[in-house]
Amino acid sequence: MEISLNNRKEIIEQEEIKLDELITLKNYTFRLLVTKVNGKLIRKDARAETIIRDGDDVHVLHMISGG
Amino acid sequence: MNYQDIRIALKDKVVGIAGCGGLGSNCAMALARTGVGHLVLADHDKLEVANLNRQYFFRDQLGEYKVAALKNNIHRVEPEAIVEAHILKLDPPSVKDLFADCDVIVEAFDTDHAKQMIIETVLSEFPDKPIVSGQGLAGYGDNESIITRRLDNLYIIGDGEREVTEDQPPLGPRVAVVANMQANLVLELLLKDK
Repeated sequence: MEISLNNRKEIIEQEEIKLDELITLKNYTFRLLVTKVNGKLIRKDARAETIIRDGDDVHVLHMISGG
Repeated sequence: MNYQDIRIALKDKVVGIAGCGGLGSNCAMALARTGVGHLVLADHDKLEVANLNRQYFFRDQLGEYKVAALKNNIHRVEPEAIVEAHILKLDPPSVKDLFADCDVIVEAFDTDHAKQMIIETVLSEFPDKPIVSGQGLAGYGDNESIITRRLDNLYIIGDGEREVTEDQPPLGPRVAVVANMQANLVLELLLKDK
């Protein structure tokens, strides 16, 4: 399937993938993330139940200390 | 827009500043100087000497609450500005309470946890309210890496990767660059329909 990940097209081999698996697959290493799927906020504890399908628009934002 | 029209348009605007350290103090001062009429400040820290390398405060303010000191500094430039100074550690209920009437919210926290907390709270509680976040400002140099990314009503300014560490401390210029880019974007949002 093809999804949009942080505004870039990505080909994922599976037909669908859970959001937490996608985060592991893409090696997002920052401790804290904010995730959105198709414009909707997905909190951390909902990532394991959120299924990403073909055509979905996924954003994974790193929270970076300093201010 | 000419300068007077800009001042008039900004006079009735309300901007929330979540955190009054390096990002928040510089951003708030820039907005107040430009004429934003009402600022809602929130922070729970007192000023320490280590803050003076990047935060918009002065040595004779050491030990004061940052929101109180910042309010004074704003009033030394813009005595007419309405400045609410809230001494508290923001959490989801207080974000919802304090910033409900703000036209734009500036995320100006230090820690990643606090950044995540306010972004998630604003996205879920105020989906139509713009929030401008600072992410990635440690160290020096590398001007060209500091950019603005937009995601619906969430705007992210910074290099997107440099965390503050012992070998990569936050320093005045790069912190103030991000803070002033946040302020500049806030102005764009406040003035876009004028």
